[in-house]
Amino acid sequence: MVTTPLLPSDYLDLVSPLRAGADLRGRIEAVHPETGDAATIVIRPGRGWRGHTAGQYVRIGVDVDGVRLWRAYSLTSPTNRHRQDGRVTITVKAIPDGKVSNHLVRRAKPGTLIQLDHPTGDFVLPQAKPAKVLYLTAGSGITPVMGMLRDTEFDDVVMVHCAPQPQDVIFRDELHDLVADKKLRLTEVHTDTDGMLDIARLDELVPDWAERETWACGPAGLLDAAEEHWTAHGVQERLHTERFRPSIVVAGDGGEVTFSTTGRTVDADGATPLLDVGEEAGVLMPSGCRMGICFGCVSPLKAGAVRDLRTGEITEAEPGVLIQTCVSAAAGPCDIER
Amino acid sequence: MTAIDPTAHLTAEQIEELGRELDAIRDEVIAGRGEKDAAYIRKVISAQRKLELVSRGVLLFSFFPPAWLLGTAGLSVAKIMDNMEIGHNILHGQWDWMRDPKIHSTTWEWDHVSPSDQWKHSHNELHHTYTNVIGKDNDLGYGIMRVDEDQKWHPFHLGQPLWNFINACFFEYGIAAYDLELGKNLHKRRRKNPEFRARARAVGRKIRKQVLKDYVIHPLLSGPSFLPTLAATFTANLVRNIWTHSVIMCGHFPEGVQVFERRSIKGETRGQWYLRQMMGSANISGSKAMHFMTGNLSHQIEHHLFPDLPSNRYAEVAVKVRALFEKYELEYVTGPLPKQVFSAWHKVFRLSLPNKKPKVKTPDREQELVAA
Repeated sequence: MVTTPLLPSDYLDLVSPLRAGADLRGRIEAVHPETGDAATIVIRPGRGWRGHTAGQYVRIGVDVDGVRLWRAYSLTSPTNRHRQDGRVTITVKAIPDGKVSNHLVRRAKPGTLIQLDHPTGDFVLPQAKPAKVLYLTAGSGITPVMGMLRDTEFDDVVMVHCAPQPQDVIFRDELHDLVADKKLRLTEVHTDTDGMLDIARLDELVPDWAERETWACGPAGLLDAAEEHWTAHGVQERLHTERFRPSIVVAGDGGEVTFSTTGRTVDADGATPLLDVGEEAGVLMPSGCRMGICFGCVSPLKAGAVRDLRTGEITEAEPGVLIQTCVSAAAGPCDIER
Repeated sequence: MTAIDPTAHLTAEQIEELGRELDAIRDEVIAGRGEKDAAYIRKVISAQRKLELVSRGVLLFSFFPPAWLLGTAGLSVAKIMDNMEIGHNILHGQWDWMRDPKIHSTTWEWDHVSPSDQWKHSHNELHHTYTNVIGKDNDLGYGIMRVDEDQKWHPFHLGQPLWNFINACFFEYGIAAYDLELGKNLHKRRRKNPEFRARARAVGRKIRKQVLKDYVIHPLLSGPSFLPTLAATFTANLVRNIWTHSVIMCGHFPEGVQVFERRSIKGETRGQWYLRQMMGSANISGSKAMHFMTGNLSHQIEHHLFPDLPSNRYAEVAVKVRALFEKYELEYVTGPLPKQVFSAWHKVFRLSLPNKKPKVKTPDREQELVAA
């Protein structure tokens, strides 16, 4: 009443953006380079932070060139760190043309406020400790696994990690320390010299791989091969995978997309997710995992038709139809109620 | 309206070329939008909130005259900032590109009795699309005044200087009534329309909240300063109303601004649309502070050409736009605030009387209008 049309929180945000009850935000406190193109970002989350489970990721909203962009990154700090010093870390690898990853790795400054979501993801360790563990990772796929390694000790842990060259291995010193302490057996595959990992080589690298509870994270090629391999040996229930990107297979003709709440109309091709189309047009699009899993992005389809980029399936507008904008593209003219 | 079409010397090809040049100006700004612009609007919003808080705080002691003066002045400025540089421009979607849900045209609400969604419809969709088209753009005299010779005279217009003055003092209520299209909707038949009633209720709720805040809660919090604070919030609203009314009158009413006939916009091209915005708007010249306090609506011409470019860029855009006016030999209507306000008021007085000579429409003239 006193502050109408604003809310008291609009004023409190000016002085205390990380207070309890505020929208969840965080402050970047430090940026530590890990490799030439990866860095660990130390974040102090706001008071509302609920903590995470090792292996989970967090969505962060970063203003890059004045535009708020949301991405998901794996948490790499052990779960008890937040209780100890109020901080968590994410580790980010700059990908070519990646607006957010390059910004975080190369330009992010301590003191910057970022938006946070609560940690989520089911690429986590089970309650009951498995006797033997295999971590199969490549590139930045090591990040959720590092969160696990730092969090939980197992009696028998093997890791197979792929990176182009030795200096590209994120957390290399820490991994080698673990090896020296006999807490980890590590095989590094340097793909520039050794070539891509042939999944059949696992028999030679980790003879008892099929007995191990396995967590795998890396590019789609590696994960697809792993899933096939584990399934072929009938042990698929021991394999847990985490994908960073959806596998987009189908595209068709696009169309004119109307975002009726905001009142914008733009042309969209048949391959670009409507989430990206809307964001590009300045429409406030809810978003989540950006890979068709979390349903955080669903929006009403008021008119027209959209295509699911993963399956090619067409969804037509009907009252009450909601679509996942992150994996749907225009299939002709359509109207999204945002 | 002048008897001669000031754009008659332009060929259709030139008009389209002009449109392309304006598109290029727009594209350049859009490509260059970035961190500095975002920092600008955040800084303005933060400054406005702090100024409003401090002013309202000072007004708690408003029985002390210097406190009253300081608090009232501060609150007036804060309200003007909220409505002009912040509210008007955010509601235009000028900052939507930042994708910040706190600073977005679909979520913003302003310190004004007209709910933002209703204002967006009548202002962004109607006024900005049909700028200065008689019978389409109700901003031409707000339905209570005659501001162009081509608008039909009615004895009601004899009182228009008074109507305009009252509208200036209570401008936010005038706008709310206007956004509700009260004149049209109070007809018996339309009054019961459920859509109209829902909108009227929304306005009622907004008015209640605004009045409660400014005229009940804030004065009550001031305790012994109840009456001086009441006078202060009333004064701040009055100052804001008169200021915004004056600025907005200068946008389309001064002498030299063109109006258009309904027929003339049929099948209008992009270039012709731009040209209508150029000829239908007028600027206010002045200092940086003056531009800021008008919400950069002093760059009305640039705003009408590019309603969704961030307001902090209008000043640099104006230099290029003005060069185009010169290149295409068009009149760039501008002047200091007092001159433009006088010009607009002069028109309000002059047109309260019927036109001196009965207007004869020649076939020639109609052709010109179609060409415009």
